[in-house]
Amino acid sequence: MMLIPCPYCGPRDETEFHCGGQAHVNHPNDPHAVSDEEWADFLFFRANPKGVFAERWVHAAGCRRWFNVRRDTVTNDIQSSYRIAEPGTVNE
Amino acid sequence: MASRCPGADLPEHPDRLWRTPDPKRAYDVVIVGAGGHGLATAFYLARNHGITNVAVLERGWLAGGNMARNTTIIRSNYLWDESAGLYEHALKLWEGLEAELDYPLLFSQRGVLNLAHSLQDVRDSVRRVNANKLNGVDAEWLDPEQAKEVCPILNISPDVRYPVLGATYQPRAGIAKHDHVAWGFARALDRMGVDLVQDCEVTGIDLVRDRVVGVRTSRGPIRAGKVALAAAGHTSVLADTLGLRLPLQSHPLQALVSELLEPVHPTVVMSNAVHVYVSQAHKGELVLGAGIDSYNGYGQRGSFHIIERQMSAAVELFPMFSRAHVLRTWAGIVDVTPDASAIVGPTPFTGLYVNCGWGTGGFKATPGVGWCFAHTIAHDEPHPLNAPFSLERFTTGALVDEHGAAAVAH
Ligand SMILES: Cc1cc2nc3c(=O)[nH]c(=O)nc-3n(C[C@H](O)[C@H](O)[C@H](O)COP(=O)(O)OP(=O)(O)OC[C@H]3O[C@@H](n4cnc5c(N)ncnc54)[C@H](O)[C@@H]3O)c2cc1C
Ligand SMILES: [Zn+2]
Repeated sequence: MMLIPCPYCGPRDETEFHCGGQAHVNHPNDPHAVSDEEWADFLFFRANPKGVFAERWVHAAGCRRWFNVRRDTVTNDIQSSYRIAEPGTVNE
Repeated sequence: MASRCPGADLPEHPDRLWRTPDPKRAYDVVIVGAGGHGLATAFYLARNHGITNVAVLERGWLAGGNMARNTTIIRSNYLWDESAGLYEHALKLWEGLEAELDYPLLFSQRGVLNLAHSLQDVRDSVRRVNANKLNGVDAEWLDPEQAKEVCPILNISPDVRYPVLGATYQPRAGIAKHDHVAWGFARALDRMGVDLVQDCEVTGIDLVRDRVVGVRTSRGPIRAGKVALAAAGHTSVLADTLGLRLPLQSHPLQALVSELLEPVHPTVVMSNAVHVYVSQAHKGELVLGAGIDSYNGYGQRGSFHIIERQMSAAVELFPMFSRAHVLRTWAGIVDVTPDASAIVGPTPFTGLYVNCGWGTGGFKATPGVGWCFAHTIAHDEPHPLNAPFSLERFTTGALVDEHGAAAVAH
């Protein structure tokens, strides 16, 4: 069972959260200007590292706010959690 | 008739089924991953296309990945034509595979019930039954009493939180003994001269411009005319070494077994809504599966709350399970795509092919996908049955969207 540090509420049991997948994925500024490949990339392609991953979580059964977490996908070791507006470290 | 002891059908193991050769310096085809898919692909490369200068490279022990960890459910009751085509092709091959491999696979067509718990479940299920029939897949809609006739231990009381409102039934569905399937393929491959190389991790793929020329491994470089990836949850790790992006996310998926019980459960029962699936193994264990962990993971262990949820669902559906003890739990790593369908076909690199994205349900496809993937590799173009499962579909938008439709959640 993971203990996830919500930046607003502090560490809570993982059952209070939902995972929202990769963090720092930006919607194309001008959707009409992008190619089919770029659009597919935005919709369907995400990093899938065996190692540190920056991802979004929502504290669904708590403050209900979204935030980012950097977690090792092998050990589940959580290296940091930070608010959405903070830059963090993008997945390589 | 004398009562049979559970497990009496299990055959004795021969001493040795395949050699453990050192890798040669070059092969016509190198397959990465000796799970069911890698082995079946090599088998049909040899049998259907006469290509035997092949190595199957495995970083661990043969079929020790998801092949050793799955709940072995085989069915072909998928909604979409593309999926029905591939899984029904596989099911027909399963029906002759024991004879083909001349090895006992304990393929048991005991049927599968997919339960419906809400009005919407009922409508979706009836729709799937009709779609199955149109595709020549055996399927019936059963009311709760009929479902209980198939599976007498099923609780059809209306007084539970998610009562059983009926079920789809595929009589030709069932289970097989996963290890035996791998060993049967391995023995046949060994006899045909294919090298099965264990303890050999592929760490990179060598290119000359955009053409694949070999792989780098923990046991040195190996040249290859063609390279086929069948590495399940680890495909992204390999594709990343080439800068090839694939629409995959790897998740832990757990299963568990009970202690050995007398035969109590004659079929396979699956429920999407309360999310548990149960069969009874030949030896007597109840085999229970559930859903994936929601987050990405490579740790081969899942969250405890998934087990709790799955157990509470199982005990409500089968009250007699409340006294059974859990013997062991484990997890595999499954790779999930955005449309919950596999990717089987060529890549932008010449001579590189992928077979991945099977998520929680690829065991049932084993012979069918091996057949189609071998065709893809031999002819450098997909077989008509796997053509819809291309990588390009994520750009063209021609998705095979089995989310919710496939009779199990991913
Ligand atoms: C708990 C659980 C329950 C499941 N239940 C069912 C079910 O009931 N029915 C069903 O149809 N499917 C089920 N599945 C899914 C099914 O097991 C998989 O879809 C299927 O096994 C995939 O086949 P594969 O041969 O590609 O995978 P695997 O058997 O995982 O084979 C891939 C192999 O590649 C090897 N490998 C990875 N990276 C490398 C590398 N770099 N170098 C060399 N080798 C490498 C791995 O060690 C592994 O042996 C379940 C899965 C799990 C985990
Ligand atoms: Zn919070």
